[in-house]
Amino acid sequence: MNPLDFVVLIGSMLGIAAYGTWRTRSHRSLSDYLKGDKTEGWVTIGISVAATQASAITFISTPGQGYESGLDFVQNYFGMPLALIIVAAVFLPIYRRLNVYTAYEYLGRRFDAKTRLLGAALFLVQRGLAAGITIYAPAIILSTVLGWRLDLTIILSGLLVIIYTVTGGSKAVSLTQKYQMAIIFGGMVTAFVILLTKLPTSLGDAFTVAGGFKKLEAVSFSFDIHRRYTFWTGLLGGFFLSLSYFGCDQSQVQRYITGPSLRESRLGLMFNAVLKIPMQFFILLLGVMVFVFYQFERPPVFFNQPAWHQAIRHDSDGKLHALEQEFTAAYAQKEQLIHQWLDAKHAGDRQAEAGARAQALAALEHSNAVRNEAKTVMQADDPVVKSNDADYVFVTFILDHLPHGLIGLLIAAFFAAALQSKSAELNALGSTTTVDFYRHLLKREASDAHYIAASKWFTLFWGLVALAFALFANLVENLIQAVNIVGSVFYGVLLALFLVAFFLKRVGGTAVFWAALTAQMLIFILYFLRHQFPILDFSYLWYNFIGCAACVLLSLILQMVIGSNAQSAKT
Amino acid sequence: MNPSDAKPTPIDAPPDGREELTGLPGLRTWRGVYIFVFGCFILWVVLLVALTVLYS
Repeated sequence: MNPLDFVVLIGSMLGIAAYGTWRTRSHRSLSDYLKGDKTEGWVTIGISVAATQASAITFISTPGQGYESGLDFVQNYFGMPLALIIVAAVFLPIYRRLNVYTAYEYLGRRFDAKTRLLGAALFLVQRGLAAGITIYAPAIILSTVLGWRLDLTIILSGLLVIIYTVTGGSKAVSLTQKYQMAIIFGGMVTAFVILLTKLPTSLGDAFTVAGGFKKLEAVSFSFDIHRRYTFWTGLLGGFFLSLSYFGCDQSQVQRYITGPSLRESRLGLMFNAVLKIPMQFFILLLGVMVFVFYQFERPPVFFNQPAWHQAIRHDSDGKLHALEQEFTAAYAQKEQLIHQWLDAKHAGDRQAEAGARAQALAALEHSNAVRNEAKTVMQADDPVVKSNDADYVFVTFILDHLPHGLIGLLIAAFFAAALQSKSAELNALGSTTTVDFYRHLLKREASDAHYIAASKWFTLFWGLVALAFALFANLVENLIQAVNIVGSVFYGVLLALFLVAFFLKRVGGTAVFWAALTAQMLIFILYFLRHQFPILDFSYLWYNFIGCAACVLLSLILQMVIGSNAQSAKT
Repeated sequence: MNPSDAKPTPIDAPPDGREELTGLPGLRTWRGVYIFVFGCFILWVVLLVALTVLYS
């Protein structure tokens, strides 16, 4: 990065944070602070909902996912439009009618205090864990590739978001998210266009190469339960994941209840229901096109370049040097075969085309094998090095191949994404702690000024917890999946609490409370025993369905038992 | 507004009639909006399946 990049990066980040803080510097009531002043239109609400979901991981890790595995991750979002329709039609009108600050207040009114606290606690644990990941994940990648100190990157970006979220509350979150999303999409679209101009082939040939290397297999109707992303896991698991996330996760609920009317909030949700799949498709396609680009431009053996250079420096037996040479030779052979394949396609020679394509596929497998061997050698030399470098693919491409100024803009986009999702999470964590725990359990009657101050302190507390988690955590391999896995472990049961509340009017608080605790234990058992018992090693998306179904069924059974006991006691 | 000042509303109260209007040209009811969104979803899946079949 050169000085121009730094000016763009620092200017855009500080400018947006300062604007958010200044525009929202005074709040007269708790409602203003937690729900905004209810002037946001549906576009702002829609962008805010999208921005809360799209963290930096989405923009850094998803292109890497596209590079490695192609488009199949898009199926993860198939259940989302249907879930959003249900949230808009069922959940939203109830939240608005009851004029609640948090979704869990509704559980208190429908069931009892303990169920409300259980719902709020499930949210706080789940979102507290995810908050650490959302701040740590982009920081570790950006600090590695930019050569910055990891702890300083985490602290500076963390403090920035804490300041404007604490000062400005919900309104600051929505306001800043709008401009942050503008930077993100401006950067991503520009990167995509420049990438296309850098491809040495036509767009049609780029798709041919991507398809030939199985990167365009977007939809699979396979019933293989061990396959992570299929139409069915996406539709069913994704539906339950999305329904829980948008319907019961306060970080989202707080975004759409800020609307001045039911209409604005509903349209904001429908905006996301229509645009989420194409947005994810576009980001994955960007990764696929980066893959095609690197078929004509030699890629690094290992995309985490600082880790690679360090390994090369300590490569006393010359293994990595030898593997790098083998990789270069494999790349040259593959490139030649791809040209033969495309020439045969242009000449209309189907037989030669199929032959060259098969040879190119074999060459790709060979170069992947060399890459994997290099990763094994690196890990043997230094076990701390993570073997998955997919999260570094897009950042490496940006730094190596995009013009200065745009590099700064894209790095700003990643930081913007980190800040926008983080601010919404902190805002929701602070609100839930204030409304569902502090006001409900400790101080029932106090002025709005008191609750605003409490909410600010709790937001600050959660910000510092997330910072501490980010500073001391040793992160898992796949960032985009880690957030979804944490969500899937808790969301099924959380959703079930709300579904029982909405649709099973005969079930009471005690039955649903114990059913939820039992179902959550079941999910923990399934998750922690998955490596011991291969039959349990299925896609994490199923946890959403299993947790939800188990809780609903147990609620019905327990209610029948409680009901019949009460009946016997009467007679 | 203090939450204790908020008007108590029954959980199962019917929605306000004015809130049933979408204000969108061509999609006047929420049912129409939901069908439109569902149609977009089907369209995206069909296009993605077509892409998969075309380039596999």
